[in-house]
Amino acid sequence: MKELDETLAPASRAVAADIIAPEPTPTEEAIRTPAEPALFRLRDLGVWYGSKHAVSEINLDIPLNRVTALIGPSGCGKSTMLRCLNRMNDLIPTARVEGRVEYHGANIYDRSVDPVEVRRRIGMVFQKPNPFPKSIYDNVAFGARVNGIKGNMDEIVESALRRAALWEEVKGELRKSGLALSGGQQQRLCIARALAVQPDVILMDEPCSALDPIATLKIEDLIRELVQNYTIIIVTHNMQQAARVSDYTAFMLAAEHGVNGRLVEYGPTTEIFTNPREKRTEDYITGRFG
Amino acid sequence: MTRAVFERQLTEIQEDMLVMAGMVETAITQSIEALRLRDVALARRIIENDKEINRKRYECEERCIELISLQAPLASDLRTIISVLHITVDLERMADHAEGIAKIALKLSDEPPLKPYIDIPRMAEVAARMLSGALDAYKLRDAVRAREIIEMDDEVDGLYEQVYRELLTFMIDDPKTIQRATYLIWVAHNLERIADRSTNICERVVYLVEGRVYDLNVSKY
Amino acid sequence: MSTQPVILKARGAVARRQLFSRFSRYVFLLATAIPVTILLVLTYDTVQTAWPRLDWGIISNYPSRHWEITGYRPGIVGSLWILGVTVFASFPVAIGTAIWIEEFAPKSRLLTIVKINLANLAGVPSIIYGILGLTIFVRFYEMERSILAAGFTLALMIIPMTVIASQEAIRQVPPSLRDGALALGATRWQAVRHNVLPNAIPGIMTGVILATSRAAGETAALIMIGGFTFIRFDPGPSPADIVNPSAFYDGLRESFTILPIQIYGDTINSQLDFRHAAAAGIIALMAGVMTLNLIAAVIRERFRRF
Repeated sequence: MKELDETLAPASRAVAADIIAPEPTPTEEAIRTPAEPALFRLRDLGVWYGSKHAVSEINLDIPLNRVTALIGPSGCGKSTMLRCLNRMNDLIPTARVEGRVEYHGANIYDRSVDPVEVRRRIGMVFQKPNPFPKSIYDNVAFGARVNGIKGNMDEIVESALRRAALWEEVKGELRKSGLALSGGQQQRLCIARALAVQPDVILMDEPCSALDPIATLKIEDLIRELVQNYTIIIVTHNMQQAARVSDYTAFMLAAEHGVNGRLVEYGPTTEIFTNPREKRTEDYITGRFG
Repeated sequence: MTRAVFERQLTEIQEDMLVMAGMVETAITQSIEALRLRDVALARRIIENDKEINRKRYECEERCIELISLQAPLASDLRTIISVLHITVDLERMADHAEGIAKIALKLSDEPPLKPYIDIPRMAEVAARMLSGALDAYKLRDAVRAREIIEMDDEVDGLYEQVYRELLTFMIDDPKTIQRATYLIWVAHNLERIADRSTNICERVVYLVEGRVYDLNVSKY
Repeated sequence: MSTQPVILKARGAVARRQLFSRFSRYVFLLATAIPVTILLVLTYDTVQTAWPRLDWGIISNYPSRHWEITGYRPGIVGSLWILGVTVFASFPVAIGTAIWIEEFAPKSRLLTIVKINLANLAGVPSIIYGILGLTIFVRFYEMERSILAAGFTLALMIIPMTVIASQEAIRQVPPSLRDGALALGATRWQAVRHNVLPNAIPGIMTGVILATSRAAGETAALIMIGGFTFIRFDPGPSPADIVNPSAFYDGLRESFTILPIQIYGDTINSQLDFRHAAAAGIIALMAGVMTLNLIAAVIRERFRRF
């Protein structure tokens, strides 16, 4: 219950003590399981970088064919958590992952699982567009080639570029260097590249943070189109973007606020942004901290 | 603290809304006074003031829209602004009803009252209490109190029934009273609408606190 | 509101700072000018000394007792063969080592030890390598004082610096390229082969050419191995032996000489006129090294196109 005293000074809302005092575990109802088929089930997921605890005890169900957004202040572990989903954390020597990540019911961290196959099926787009210093064609074809995907390469490339809403803009210039495109186009090229290996998930780590507003909106439109055929998980520090683009939103907090890379709240995006259940979520979303 | 400017702006629109609410409360109580005391000057002042109340409503509305477009409010900030938007509409309509009563007071001022006014001032008193209670609930963000206020609407509806039946009997008995009686029915009607608008405000308070819009004022009919 | 125009000329403290900045500029210019001048003076001096013998004979003739017709052909041929062996022996090992260290090796104590050792080895004086080569290749492996022994010795010498230069080049490749490839389901090797290596080639080439230039001018170590000063034949296999592996191998086991040794020999010749020949030989050596650098630059540019 919030008070508004006679002179209407907003009381209690962002008093420092409220924020710093840690609330140990989120209440049951703050993590709401979507009533839809889940593609990923994270169970007790934890990540350490050496002795630093980056992510702890995440229990989360990510629904199929929906856009799920991960939000939270810098350093809260959202990118780390994202990288767990395609085992990119394996590449960081000091990283240690515990718990289970179930994808289509199978734990991708099981000994028998090959990370290379995981990464083919779970694609990733990075914060800063990173097209290879090759032609547009070779960029898109790269994934297909290294994975030994058979078929007419021209068709594969065209199909991927179409799905990434880039075909019309580059169809006459496929031999041009990928680096010669604008920022927004480069990012769509990276998306096309990921699509060419026929994944069913696309992970996006702050895909628009290096782009101008128009390019950002184009990518957001693209995300809404792609979600019909793919499951998309996006990390973003742009609240409005999370609100615009996602169906479900998860809010995480970092170590300096008293908890260690923990999941604070998770639910349908409309609820998170109009009526969050956790005070910490509310404070973050309304910009009262972080 | 972050967003200090926004905080201040939020505070200001709510203060403005409450100032406007104060003006409406005054208009309501004074309109009944004007009727009872056949005070023409008072009635005229009330009618004049309504323009001011309208102006204030549009001002509040503009400020709300400005805040929405410029500050991208979310969660409870958003609900606060939306509430202010809706409540000012309810307040402005209430003021119009009060103005309606004042106009009738003018019309009835040169004739003696049809009968001693008992139920109508009772209705006004309850309606005024409801409005003031709704505003208190808003200030305190008290959803429980808001729900209680909504219950009070039944009392107003009951009184309205009573007034209506009584005046109907008057009209049937003596057709010469029809004009005055119908005017009085209008007054009662206005008061009933005012009370109903207060329940709207209470629903907004519940929305503000709990995040959901409920239809709480279910008619007993 | 001031009616006076704003004066933006430097005055006082600002002027002093500016003055110091300009002054320091000239200081640095001077610092550059010194070695450049010295180099120019030395080159001029060498060219002047070499003048009487700046003819094609200096590289096509065999050594002779007459300074007018002496040539460094054996040395050049020997140097080329030895460099060939060095290249084949060292580059795969060096580049492979660099790739292993940067791309595949798990972080461990062993890795740190290897890296420190490499850095140390790069600083060991070349004469030590000569002694080492003498013991291992000439005596133990019984290659005798041959092109093969010389080539392997030089290979040992330049591997550390090549590894370090290649490591640097590989490290320069932004991690985002590697990550991008891996995120698409490429294996480690695929990522290295398609993304890292092509972009590291320019840097690796630079390192390779620098190392080769170093080897080309190396004298002390090869004297230890037993390079002869005065040879009147072409050391190494003859061109026809390319098709005959055993003859080729035998050719490599022949004794040798290299250009620097021959030049050195002529500088201490009692006949002072041989200085002209020596100087001309130095010019030839410099020209050779510059050509190598040019090739490296061309390769770098070609790979930098994208």
